[in-house]
Amino acid sequence: MAAIPVDDLKITTRFGPHRSAMTGVRLSTSVEPERLVKTHCCFCGQQCGIQLKVRDNEVIGFEPWEEFPFNRGMLCPKGVKRYLQGSHPDRLLTALRRDPTSAQGFAPMPYSEAIGRTAAEIDRIQRAHGPQSVALLGGASLTTEKTYLLGKFARVCLRTPYIDYNGRLCMVSAGAANKKAFGIDRTTNPWSDMVGTDVIWVAGSNVAECSPITTNYLWQAREQGAKIIVQDPRITPVARTCDLYLPVRPGRDAALFAGVLHLMIEHGWIDREFIDRYTVGFDDVARYCAEWTPTRTADVTGVPERSIRQAAEWWGTAKTSFLFHARGIEHHSNGVQNALGTINLVLATGRIGKPKSGYGTIVGQANGQGGREHGQKCDQLPGWRDISNPEHRKYVAGVWGINEEDLPGPGVDAYELFRKIDNGEIKALLSICFNPKISLPDNTFITRCLEKLEFFVAVDFFLNDTARHADIVLPGSLHEEDEGTVTQVECRVIKINKAVDCPGEARQDWRIIQDLAKALGRPHGFTFNSPREIFDELRVASKGGVADYSGITYEKIERQMGVFWPCYSEDPETGKPVDHAGTPRLFERGSYNPIAKGAGPFYFPDGKARFNVAEYRQPVDDASEEYPLFLTTGRVVSQFLSGTQTRRIGPLVDQYPEPCIEMHPRLATKFGIQDGEWTVAETRRGAITLRAMVVATIRPDTIFIPYHWPGEKSANRLTVAAQDPISKIPQYKVCGCRIRKADKPPAYAAQLEPQQ
Amino acid sequence: MPKPEYLHFFVDPNRCIGCQACVQACTECDTHRGESMIHLEFIERTRSTQTVPVVCMHCEQPTCAEVCPADAIKRTGDGIVQSARKSRCIACGNCVVACPFGVPELYDDRQIMMKCDMCYDRSSVGKKPMCATVCPSQALFFGTREQIEQLRPLSTPVNRFQFGAQAISTRVFMMVPAALASRAPIVDVTAAMDEQPHERSLVLRTIPPAAVDNDPFAGVTV
Repeated sequence: MAAIPVDDLKITTRFGPHRSAMTGVRLSTSVEPERLVKTHCCFCGQQCGIQLKVRDNEVIGFEPWEEFPFNRGMLCPKGVKRYLQGSHPDRLLTALRRDPTSAQGFAPMPYSEAIGRTAAEIDRIQRAHGPQSVALLGGASLTTEKTYLLGKFARVCLRTPYIDYNGRLCMVSAGAANKKAFGIDRTTNPWSDMVGTDVIWVAGSNVAECSPITTNYLWQAREQGAKIIVQDPRITPVARTCDLYLPVRPGRDAALFAGVLHLMIEHGWIDREFIDRYTVGFDDVARYCAEWTPTRTADVTGVPERSIRQAAEWWGTAKTSFLFHARGIEHHSNGVQNALGTINLVLATGRIGKPKSGYGTIVGQANGQGGREHGQKCDQLPGWRDISNPEHRKYVAGVWGINEEDLPGPGVDAYELFRKIDNGEIKALLSICFNPKISLPDNTFITRCLEKLEFFVAVDFFLNDTARHADIVLPGSLHEEDEGTVTQVECRVIKINKAVDCPGEARQDWRIIQDLAKALGRPHGFTFNSPREIFDELRVASKGGVADYSGITYEKIERQMGVFWPCYSEDPETGKPVDHAGTPRLFERGSYNPIAKGAGPFYFPDGKARFNVAEYRQPVDDASEEYPLFLTTGRVVSQFLSGTQTRRIGPLVDQYPEPCIEMHPRLATKFGIQDGEWTVAETRRGAITLRAMVVATIRPDTIFIPYHWPGEKSANRLTVAAQDPISKIPQYKVCGCRIRKADKPPAYAAQLEPQQ
Repeated sequence: MPKPEYLHFFVDPNRCIGCQACVQACTECDTHRGESMIHLEFIERTRSTQTVPVVCMHCEQPTCAEVCPADAIKRTGDGIVQSARKSRCIACGNCVVACPFGVPELYDDRQIMMKCDMCYDRSSVGKKPMCATVCPSQALFFGTREQIEQLRPLSTPVNRFQFGAQAISTRVFMMVPAALASRAPIVDVTAAMDEQPHERSLVLRTIPPAAVDNDPFAGVTV
């Protein structure tokens, strides 16, 4: 019975989000910290190094960490103010149980009782409906140790195939494309390789707001002579001064890539020798691109023909280059094709696997990379192993000490998991580090599914919007209350260090999972005493997989300030023990990998990369006569994902308090809307009313809404639950939409604070 | 301890992405904890995402100090113009009105003028100011002349500004596109005030302006 226990507003009054502020010791200049803890930011995939000031078991401020090589002290506003998430009035200090009789909907309960009750409910439901009636949702902001443990917990303890994670909303299009093209899923070069390259193509990434630290790499590359190409429906801060701006119509990216490759082939701006020697499948791609004449490409993409020609010439004739993309091209029902389109552009030039030439996706979440490698994904086992591959199953079952036949098969993606809740197949859910009520598209449907659950347990440090539906809430740990590893955007495995202890009855997440295993009477394999012990098992479990972490130790990470995987404990060529430093750059000519075994630099048995026909398909629920505009969604710099943390940090809320509808002045004029006026945005799923932000920096046929807010302010009330057929990523970046001036302010304007 | 002579502050608005990391970090500095001394200005958000971080330029002959009737504003020997002295400031606001860069602010609750002091608690012990340390675009840069020359070949540090009849030299440098700086190593601020920001602007490169779309969305119908 997972309906919200009492009125939403009452829950908000008690549990927030409320805004933290610099007060007390955090404002004082006379209080000295006891120590500085070197760690990383808890938010995006850049994973900037930072030092937290600690005193009396409290994080009281930060100090830049200028020695960490990736960011050298640089931080975005989120990093600067991240420390204000600690000692927060909204922090969950005890377990909670749903209590409709209490004024605030939840009553505290002792931790051990909450674990006991959760285990009893899971047991009851599994006895009645089978092990697969219970599902797990994880997240890519968790350390790799936790994601590994969750995957193991689902398969070994709960024996359910149904586990997936919020990376499904994030990195799966890139991951699937990388696997198809290269046989390995990671960015190819360290970011420092960007500086000194001839041309950088930024495809669908609002670098300035979503990965701010990358900006300095971009600008530094420009200083050394790189031309910057930015492809985006909005003139983002990075697009403002880029050398070539491609104002692509939302959802048309694959067409643009095909059109550019068409011109490159026509002019001979391709590396025939590389294509013949190191790739397969080029001819099919060339055949497909032949249809994409500049005129047709311009017509479909909305990018002027001369800009398409310019892009092709710059990209085609460069000697060195870097291409990276992010959610702008990935969040589509055509997301994998879009990503493959960029890879085709890279492979056609042969500019990969060399210094100053690379390709990558900018991951979104802290552990966007590591969180997708070690088994919390529905079809995957540790080390990027495949849960359907008999050999892989046998190896991991051996590490876990179970019979291979007891290991469940592949589950389903996070959205499909909700459809299974809707149709009654899944009856109980454990969720951690995921807030689907805000973050999944068409989230009115998600709310309905949550209400159907027979039992729902959420683990979190704040009561997030999804957890309001929970029967039991278990108080988890903040980033600074635990240690472990994450793998950042460059595929550098780094170490998160503990600064303070969990307050009250809050527990480190891995302990909570193990407590549940114990209470379920299935503690086998869940008796780790520390994250280090989990990591040591993960090293063994990943050994021999594509994402091989076996040679990484906490000490090596500290010594080298990060280790790029794959990092072997045994030389893959000779089988002899080796002290391997890691692999900063992939696919170098002559490099050896355990899949190709010397046949070539790519991770297929023949060592060759794959061209894939990257087909353009019209978006689902495209702009139409009835809904003539494109709606696109994304982030703002001071907020992060569903805002569970950042909407509780006062200075970050002040910077961008509430979502607005960005629209071009010409569009605003057409509807008689002035800047700041209440405006209704409506799609086939629903309507929300927000203030207009009238700016000439967006395509006039497109509106943009940031997605960090809940309820009546949630952009995902509008988005469509269409998914990529391969990666299952939702199509957040485009759907048909219409707008009108609102008759009156929305009811929430008088009831809620901006961050609520 | 004074700020080391060889370290300089450079502002490059071309790089600024408006993220406000500087504003947020400024509030963490010990000399003005809880208050940001940086202004992050949108030139005209309706037209452009262009932003400019405004720190104190630390003038060689500070107008704020010259107009102060209470002699409350001091420039230390290392060229840093400090916030008003508490014991002297009468909160008259002369400095606020007079500063050509619009930097000082009056804090009514405390009856004092406060402004950017280049994080004196940090810069005077050889650390970088907080804003320049965190700035993700390095629009704010703190370092040596050699470093900036090596890192920024496309632009030239300029520290002379013309405001009508008033010429000002500052301790802080503004990075000016090299082509412009070679014509006149001075920024004529008054003359630039009539300029409108562009949705797209390319000033660092030598790409002819004709090749840049003034309105990249001209062809889009609504």
